[in-house]
Amino acid sequence: MLAFAIRRIAASIPILLISSFVVFLLASLSGNPLDELLFRNPPPPPEVIALETERLRLDEPLLERYWLWLTGLFTGDFGPSVHSTLDIGAELTRRFIVTMRLIALAMLVAVVLAVVVGVVSAVKQYSKTDYTATFLGFLFLAMPSFWLAILLKQAGIDFNDAVGQQVIYTIGASSVIEPDGFWAKVADTAGHMVLPTISLALISYAAWSRYQRASMLEVMDSDYVRLARAKGLSNRRVMVRHALRNALIPLTTVTALDLAAIISGAVVTETVFQWRGMGDLLLTAIRDNDTYVVMAWLLVTATVVILFNLIADLLYAVLDPRIRYA
Amino acid sequence: MNPGGEDPLGAVSPDGGAGELVLEVADLTVGFPTDDGLVQAVRGVSYRLRRGEVLGIVGESGSGKSVTSLAVMGLLPKNARVTGSVRFRDQELIGARDEALTKIRGRHVSMIFQDPMTSLNPVYSVGFQIAEAVRAHHDVSKEAALDRAVELLEIVRIPNPRERLPNYPHELSGGMRQRVVIAIAIANDPDVIIADEPTTALDVTVQAQIMVALDSAKEETGAAMVLITHDLGVIAGQADRVMVMYAGKLVESGTAEDVFYTPRMPYTLGLLGSLPRLDRTAERLTPIPGAPPSLVNMPPGCPFTPRCPLAQPVCDETEPPLEPTTGPGHTAACHFSDRLVDTRPDELYAWSVTDTTALAEFVAETEEPSS
Amino acid sequence: MPESPARPSAPAAGPTAPAPEREFTVAERSQFHLVRHRFLQHRLAVVSLGVLVALVLLAYVGGALWKYEPGQFTPDNSQPPSWDHPFGTDAVGKDQFAQVLRGTQISLQIAVLVALFSTLVGTIWGAVAGYFGRGVDTVMMRVSDLILTLPLLAVAAMLAHHFGGSWWLISLVIAGLYWAYVSRVSRGVVLSLREKEFIEAAKALGASNTRIILRHLVPNALGSIIVNATILVAIAILLETALSYLGFGVRPPDTSLGLLVSEAQTALTTRPWLFYFPGLFIILIALTINFIGDGLRDALDPRQTKVRA
Repeated sequence: MLAFAIRRIAASIPILLISSFVVFLLASLSGNPLDELLFRNPPPPPEVIALETERLRLDEPLLERYWLWLTGLFTGDFGPSVHSTLDIGAELTRRFIVTMRLIALAMLVAVVLAVVVGVVSAVKQYSKTDYTATFLGFLFLAMPSFWLAILLKQAGIDFNDAVGQQVIYTIGASSVIEPDGFWAKVADTAGHMVLPTISLALISYAAWSRYQRASMLEVMDSDYVRLARAKGLSNRRVMVRHALRNALIPLTTVTALDLAAIISGAVVTETVFQWRGMGDLLLTAIRDNDTYVVMAWLLVTATVVILFNLIADLLYAVLDPRIRYA
Repeated sequence: MNPGGEDPLGAVSPDGGAGELVLEVADLTVGFPTDDGLVQAVRGVSYRLRRGEVLGIVGESGSGKSVTSLAVMGLLPKNARVTGSVRFRDQELIGARDEALTKIRGRHVSMIFQDPMTSLNPVYSVGFQIAEAVRAHHDVSKEAALDRAVELLEIVRIPNPRERLPNYPHELSGGMRQRVVIAIAIANDPDVIIADEPTTALDVTVQAQIMVALDSAKEETGAAMVLITHDLGVIAGQADRVMVMYAGKLVESGTAEDVFYTPRMPYTLGLLGSLPRLDRTAERLTPIPGAPPSLVNMPPGCPFTPRCPLAQPVCDETEPPLEPTTGPGHTAACHFSDRLVDTRPDELYAWSVTDTTALAEFVAETEEPSS
Repeated sequence: MPESPARPSAPAAGPTAPAPEREFTVAERSQFHLVRHRFLQHRLAVVSLGVLVALVLLAYVGGALWKYEPGQFTPDNSQPPSWDHPFGTDAVGKDQFAQVLRGTQISLQIAVLVALFSTLVGTIWGAVAGYFGRGVDTVMMRVSDLILTLPLLAVAAMLAHHFGGSWWLISLVIAGLYWAYVSRVSRGVVLSLREKEFIEAAKALGASNTRIILRHLVPNALGSIIVNATILVAIAILLETALSYLGFGVRPPDTSLGLLVSEAQTALTTRPWLFYFPGLFIILIALTINFIGDGLRDALDPRQTKVRA
């Protein structure tokens, strides 16, 4: 399995290379990083512009720039930002932790919720519970994530007003002045994470619970579940050991495939709650034509998605003995 | 539906006093609601099964054979509407609580499904799945259950049984998997084994081996067996009694000799005429024209009427009940069953290819008991 | 004696009694009738179709007839909903009803264009890859995978920032990324169809590859493709709104439902009607399309009847 993992990683390197080249071309061509400087009033002296052009490697041909960027990666250099003081690597790391914390928690909540609701809906197919869960699923599926997030944010504000105390935070990933002590910090972070996690989780939950329900129904109608019943196993054992165990397998692939979409969702959610996370970094960089920040951002997320899919594939092999990677 | 229209004892063998009565099915009906109306999959089936006895149920796909046995096991989907009675010894199974049924299933009544490729759980080893069946009804250690699994695999003639235990189903051939399913079925010395087309999904060469494995399984447990098939050849050497189903109903029932040599229902005769025989080269088959009826919104009358060469106006009006024919234990549901005395399939069914000599030879042979 | 019997006559019941169903009466219905019948059985899908048609008519016909133009300044500003302004007005006096109708038009246009374009490209891409297999498949699917590893919204935002603005450019940007998802679906369907007997038969008869793909594979995959395209409309609506919300979608003076919500988010407590109405329109459109897709899936899914025998 280790050999398989190494081979898969090796195989994804060309994908990353090609995709980074295409994206580099698009990013470089889609805006001039000097725009902000050129349209400044009063115009800066030409020497400043010349220096900036050189610093941003704009005097080099495009291929040369890509090569410089690519080789720089090996020394941990993500290239120059339009903001001369910004260390892209350090900034990205900091924000990566903030955002991944949100994504990991939201995915966990969404998976647990989706499995529970999907299984209950399947077992009680066509019951009131099933219809309610189905309708809610469809509703969340049809809801723009930011619309839901804005409503949740307002609900949080109303809740705080009603309690007369700031219990749930609606702005930022943590308080500007962080409280002292480990537990106080954890409580502060948790208070900030509640609403973004809920709004991000609900969107993924909707699709996954529908998927889990369908997969559970299919397994429940299978011959091996019928045989498990015919063996005289208790209903509970049939449902957990035979039906659920098998119905969980496809969900690993689905969650992995959806990771890229969840990162997109996190960008929106963070914007609503004004987090200074990956989302803000990306959107600011796009507006500033900050090519190297956009490149670093896409490289990191693509790597995460590829690694996560690899983990899902390995997990799949663990869960399903028919799949063997040699 | 015509529940009161038949003798509830009609399916009972008169000479069946050998073993104790283990399973009694009386007037069983099963319906499935669909968009087009209620599908009447089983319409009043009754039979009795004694210990050690083999009952063959024959019919085309869709005749209700499998649904009947799933109803006996209580394994039908929730939307199925079941009426009638299924008694195991003194216990009524229809409408019984699931907890009560789990004590019967696998322990006293067990089942073998048609497709061994899908009836084992792909994510558990063979040993686990057999041991699980043992431990569902016996409070023994995992090790003891696995030892028992080895014994069981030996009974169904799997070579090197202990080495097979850690194998997953996908690592075994179809024939091997069906043996594992049989091993699971006999794990707890059941009183009744229901085998639902146990060989249909397998290669012809493997079919015979599975029948042998099934035989030794039956001998080992002394269980009664319900052998469901659409293949008369499978039944011929095995069954003590044979029931023929058509459109959810029993249309003929009796000892194997009764049904094979003196059929009294045109459908049974047609089935015999369409039986391929590998020991004949020149022989042509007599097909039954048409297809089985839709089981939705069934009109009154005999469901076989549209395909029946004997059909008369009365057949469209009343569905004939099962009535004794050659003897009290041999019943058939046909208004004109007496017309079938000494009739050959080719005399009854029009066919284009005339190869009557071969068929006559075949029928002649079937008519004189040679065993 | 062995003459075949005449068709049985119907029993002499009342004149309204249905004819007895002998043999395969059910199967005699044509495929189209069966699909339509099954779809009509899905009550939510039928209701959804009605609501969606009403919404489309409201957006285009209603928008043309409505007394205020989108973007037109009226003397009333920050008015709550009234007969004159059913959805109220914003801070500068624009009639929100006219704005929402205009936004619905734009959002629907984008969504439909995305669905059509990415379905067309994705289906052909996936079908060709799945049909030829081997090296062709590997290379083509690598390209799809490459797109799938990138967060779509991020790339779309980057591209839209540069090309941005008009609704059809935004559609092309989204579709230019989304076809990769469609290609996976259609490849899966084609892979399962490729081994079927009728494809083998067509090959044996000497049909060309193009003919097999267009005449045999695509029609047989049509059910999945149609369902997928329907769902895509809903996804594209949501994607467009997210893009507009982030500021990379449709730009003023034109508007879309996403832009309207975005502009109204700070007014949630003071002028809530500005926030809720466009949001409800988005949900209504996406919800009805998803239900229609669900109904179509039920109708086109051959594994419908669960009766065992």
